Amino acid sequence: MVSLCFYFHVHQPRRLRKFSVFEIGQGKTDYYDEGKNLAILEKITKKCYIPMNNLIMSLIKRYNFKASFSFSGVVLEQLERHFPEVIQSFQELVNTGNVDIVDETYYHSLAFLYSKEEFKRQILMHRAKIKSLFKKTPVVFRNTELIYSNELAKLAEEMGYKGVLAEGADHVLGWKSPNFLYKPKGTEKIKLLLKNYRLSDDIAFRFQEKSWKEWPLTVPKYVQWLNAVNGNGHTVNLFMDYETFGEHQWSSSGIFNFMSALPEEFLKNPDNNFKTTSELVRDYEPVGELDVPYLVSWADVERDVSAWLGNRMQQSAAQDLYQLEKPILATKDKALIEDWRNLQISDNFYYMCTKWFNDGDVHKYFNPYDTPYDAFITYMNIFNDLMIRLRRKPQRKISLGEKIQQKRQLKQKEAITE
Amino acid sequence: MLGWEFPPNHSGGLGTACYGLTKALSSEGVDVTFILPTRLDKDIHADFVRLIGANIRFRTIDSPLSGYMTTASYRQMTENAPAKMAMYGRDLMEEVERFSDKVREIAKRESFDIIHAHDWLTYKAGINAKEISKKPLVVHVHATEFDRCAGNTINQEVYDIEREGFNAADSVITVSNFTKNMVVEHYDVDPSKIQVVHNAVDFKAESIQESETPALTKTDKIVLFLGRITIQKGPDHFLQVAKRVLEKMPDVKFVVAGSGDMERYMIERTAELGLNKNVMFTGFLRGSDIDMAYKMADVYLMPSVSEPFGITPLEAMMHGTPTIISKQSGVSEVVSNCLKVDFWDTDEMANKILAILNYQGLSETLKENAYEEVRKFDWKIPAKKCVGIYNKLVGRK
Repeated sequence: MVSLCFYFHVHQPRRLRKFSVFEIGQGKTDYYDEGKNLAILEKITKKCYIPMNNLIMSLIKRYNFKASFSFSGVVLEQLERHFPEVIQSFQELVNTGNVDIVDETYYHSLAFLYSKEEFKRQILMHRAKIKSLFKKTPVVFRNTELIYSNELAKLAEEMGYKGVLAEGADHVLGWKSPNFLYKPKGTEKIKLLLKNYRLSDDIAFRFQEKSWKEWPLTVPKYVQWLNAVNGNGHTVNLFMDYETFGEHQWSSSGIFNFMSALPEEFLKNPDNNFKTTSELVRDYEPVGELDVPYLVSWADVERDVSAWLGNRMQQSAAQDLYQLEKPILATKDKALIEDWRNLQISDNFYYMCTKWFNDGDVHKYFNPYDTPYDAFITYMNIFNDLMIRLRRKPQRKISLGEKIQQKRQLKQKEAITE
Repeated sequence: MLGWEFPPNHSGGLGTACYGLTKALSSEGVDVTFILPTRLDKDIHADFVRLIGANIRFRTIDSPLSGYMTTASYRQMTENAPAKMAMYGRDLMEEVERFSDKVREIAKRESFDIIHAHDWLTYKAGINAKEISKKPLVVHVHATEFDRCAGNTINQEVYDIEREGFNAADSVITVSNFTKNMVVEHYDVDPSKIQVVHNAVDFKAESIQESETPALTKTDKIVLFLGRITIQKGPDHFLQVAKRVLEKMPDVKFVVAGSGDMERYMIERTAELGLNKNVMFTGFLRGSDIDMAYKMADVYLMPSVSEPFGITPLEAMMHGTPTIISKQSGVSEVVSNCLKVDFWDTDEMANKILAILNYQGLSETLKENAYEEVRKFDWKIPAKKCVGIYNKLVGRK
């Protein structure tokens, strides 16, 4: 018996506009390159979201296909504003009952690494957003970029989740297989679902790579690999960015045809089926315990957090940002808090990555800035503007009497200067 | 090999490049006879020559020609010391002609396989040597007249000599794609005849650690300009940038290291802009003083208007100094771990300087990554490329 579990991650950051040091403190709070954000979202909507959603809908109808999604709050906001038809299309998918939603942090942030309180707040924000848009309460959680450790599993369990996703990295698994569920060390009931990175990356990264020895990847060949799991695994977890379809792997590569032909071939084996993440958690028991005392992620060859926090720029920017947590939240200023949270979007740190020479190429491809240094400069200039806005906020509630006195003093001053 | 200047008697990157390349060629087993104009009253530095390799010989020609000479600077020299100059050409062009004739004489006596001429002053000499010996000529373009004039009117005679050199050459080497495009566009040279050979830098880790830092660095933030003070290098932009930076950080010091035809203008302009307290001039620096200047600087800025290559950024990076370069440069094609700005965008230069001075994470990351990167710029690489070009030419002939 092999269950195939597709999990797609949907996220687009709110990219920052170039912000010069001379703009700091000038009262300009338009930090975002809305033109670029809209253009990219439009491109992805056309190339990926709409055609792939349509394909999934037809696969559900024909083959009882199943899939799981997670959406960052940031991409949902942008889609609601600019492409409500995409939201509607996702809602239709969810309404079939064959599509599961996985929770994550609203701001696709690294909050887990810096502030557990903020991390929890962002999960609750995300939960509320999913509830309002899809009328669902997810039971499975994934952290940003599959950043995971025992501690994360514990926190997810505390937050009420029944399952959590992680990368099935070799250095985590050792001889163990990613094709079973595990119990994270130090937890009671939560179940760990591991990405089968070989079979996932065959689709997500290698599909159109002509130098790959398995190119072209045909459906029968791939299904043969899936069937090989029969007898030594319960599930094959294919976790990937949703933009794989039509954006990372172009339509001309045949990726849509591949996905469209996959279910029929896969279901030829009567032992095979599709399951969502929450169905896996419901239907399978862990085969053992997995101890992950250090951080793993699904990024780069290192499968660690060095893509976001590998150099001094990234580390200092993140530290500076999270140090503002208490004073920013204390202002209760919605706009200020939202800007602070948008600065937490992990992509901001990813753009500052200087691991140029191997994975760096991938980073460069997704980077709206000329260099990681430019990304950092813009980020820090905006951060300093945010600091000034924060400093200008009154630190405590002023009594009415004080307010009147201040006004009087101000009037006197004006009178003098006149 | 025909050049105009060689360390320690050099005033710019041309000498540095000729030194680095010659030394590396020597390691590659190429015998080099380096011909260059030298004043008899100047020391040839025999020790220095011995230092760089046994298979390198120097032939000097008594001439007042030197690196970066212009018609005007030659005329000034003649006016200043008429007696001394009496035995040389009356003007620059006449002296270039005289130098080229001398090279023809040398070429008759010497035996060699390749003629390699660096920049326009030696092109005529190269052509003469080719005529006599029938050996292939390589001209190496470190700069064109268009770079030197940075958008102003060019000297037609110099342009003609350059063009003649490119036409007569069997192979043209440019120090960047930037310069290759310039040569194709302005001189109508067949691109297939041009090879790009990027410059390198002499990596010397030990001397950097040993050199001391002066007391100035302890309190002041320093932004450094190091190069000839001439329009090509954008020194006036440096002052504009200084003014902008000082609006935000009034205590930053701006050091202008070098000499050149715009020195007086720069000093006057500094006063005009009210920057006397913040802008300092060191005059021309050599050897360990240059190391010191890089070391004490918090930022090295190269705002060149048109820079065929630009070795100084590599030197600065080697000294662990965060570096900002103009995008209108050859070096920007090959380095990643520095900041790049259009030469006219002085606001953006100021933005980047302030970022380096204020955001420690940036200066630390730049320092670390640049130091790693700059190690890869070994003169072996350009030398090997030159040997490849030589072999092709010799094989063909």
